[in-house]
Amino acid sequence: MKNLVILGAGTAGTMMANHMIKKLPKKEWQITVVDQYKTHYYQPGFLFLPFDIYTTSQVKKNGKKFIPKGVNYIQKKIELIIPEANKVELENGEALNYDILIIATGTKIAPEEIEGMFGPEWHKSIFDFYTYEGAKALRNKLREWEGGKLVVHITEMPIKCPVAPLEFAFLADSYFKNKGIRDKVDITYVTPLGGAFTKPKATKALHHLLEEKGIKEVTDFNIERVDYENNKIIDYADTEVDYDLLVTVPTNMGDALIERSGMGDDLNFVPTHKATLQTKNYENIFAIGDATNLPASKAGSVAHFEAEILEDNILRYINGEPLKEEFDGHANCFIETGGGKALLIDFNYNHEPVEGTFPFPGIGPLNLLKESRMNHMGKMAFRWIYWNMLIKGISIPFVSATMSEKGKHFEEVK
Amino acid sequence: MKKLIANREIDVNEEGYLVDFKQWDREVCECIAGECNVVMTEKHWEVVEYLQDKHHKEEPLSIRGIKKSGVINIKEFYALFPGGPLKKSTLIAGIPKPKSCI
Ligand SMILES: Cc1cc2nc3c(=O)[nH]c(=O)nc-3n(C[C@H](O)[C@H](O)[C@H](O)COP(=O)(O)OP(=O)(O)OC[C@H]3O[C@@H](n4cnc5c(N)ncnc54)[C@H](O)[C@@H]3O)c2cc1C
Repeated sequence: MKNLVILGAGTAGTMMANHMIKKLPKKEWQITVVDQYKTHYYQPGFLFLPFDIYTTSQVKKNGKKFIPKGVNYIQKKIELIIPEANKVELENGEALNYDILIIATGTKIAPEEIEGMFGPEWHKSIFDFYTYEGAKALRNKLREWEGGKLVVHITEMPIKCPVAPLEFAFLADSYFKNKGIRDKVDITYVTPLGGAFTKPKATKALHHLLEEKGIKEVTDFNIERVDYENNKIIDYADTEVDYDLLVTVPTNMGDALIERSGMGDDLNFVPTHKATLQTKNYENIFAIGDATNLPASKAGSVAHFEAEILEDNILRYINGEPLKEEFDGHANCFIETGGGKALLIDFNYNHEPVEGTFPFPGIGPLNLLKESRMNHMGKMAFRWIYWNMLIKGISIPFVSATMSEKGKHFEEVK
Repeated sequence: MKKLIANREIDVNEEGYLVDFKQWDREVCECIAGECNVVMTEKHWEVVEYLQDKHHKEEPLSIRGIKKSGVINIKEFYALFPGGPLKKSTLIAGIPKPKSCI
């Protein structure tokens, strides 16, 4: 019997278990998935939880429900990967041998990286919304907050779902309008980037929206520390931004497991071949989702596109065939813009987000790079698609893993 | 695009970054530095060499990377290249502007 071991049962790991069980002969292959938690969180929902748009029960489910029959599921912490021995060690000294390993341990926030962030004010006046605990604590804070300076902040890139902080700012604008206290809230968006987003074309459209909603922008801000006693964030150029309520996206890092195993870069991301998803250092180890160092967005939709290609490449690897160099960095994200509207962007390694229609060229029904109610419906439907199709590895009709160029107005990334 | 730097025609992109590193030398470097109001010192050269080395090894550049460079700390980096230190220093070093990863 051969072993395929999948580390992490988040979006990508669960998807891969569902893909591989259908493809690998049961008599020859045992598939094992390991995750430390019982709960599978719908992370895109963490954006809506603080504003009481989603309830806590809408963003979490029992993870085991999504692991297909026939796959061995172990709920334990992973201690170490020993690539030289093709072995993984779990928390109580238990060991798993593998023939093929898939790393899908994702990324998590590391607020302790910045002085003063993870201190006495953490989850009091300084919040994250990238964790279930953070999003829920922030919801409770917002319910009673009477206004002041709200600062929405990104610590450093890369972060997963790079549009989420912008969406947070847009939704905050709507939330306070609905509460009738928008005039008492000053919203500032602070980013280490030179503009609102990483891609110039989308940055323009988004900058315009920020202006329209009266949200101030502070760009090129590389935070050095949080002065939590005087409610300020300070950057290396000594620029200061005052806050009453700081909502930050802390540094995103791969799990400490990757560091312990000596397999990561500076941020514990696994060096991975960007078109095949094979890791750079070990031919029988593949990586997918947020855990990789690919220059693509860290998003569930990206993991979904990667999964289709990884499935193929693992089968090719088993058969001794050359791997397909097919992954093009395709990402497809809805950007919630508040007031029941959303934008949709579609891009890859080489193409900027574009205007046009999606998924049917010239028809839509979704509009790329334009605010619309239909896009918002798409974003809301994504939760259903996530639980019922995405993580179960069912492909989404009409949306292909590599990006389609039809019906779009293109500009190459230089 | 061509730009006259140190009395030579140098190929640059619209933001002024060199397109062909072979055209870079100390003279070109000092000229670009001058345009950025930076006067090159021993320390500046050290940083420029470090950045070029990283670039040639295809290792991405970031503020975090500077912290671990062993050449300079972030505060000093800001002092040497005031404003946007990564953007300015790469311009001066004749290498592409770092892409802030997606
Ligand atoms: C606020 C927010 C909004 C988002 N919005 C969107 C969106 O609109 N659209 C979109 O496509 N994506 C969105 N995303 C991103 C998306 O959720 C992630 O990209 C996706 O979940 C990545 O999947 P993954 O499997 O790589 O990692 P994860 O789903 O995070 O899974 C990693 C798993 O590995 C496990 N693990 C890690 N280390 C260990 C260990 N040592 N031992 C045992 N288990 C371990 C963890 O417990 C976890 O279950 C959003 C994310 C956030 C935070």
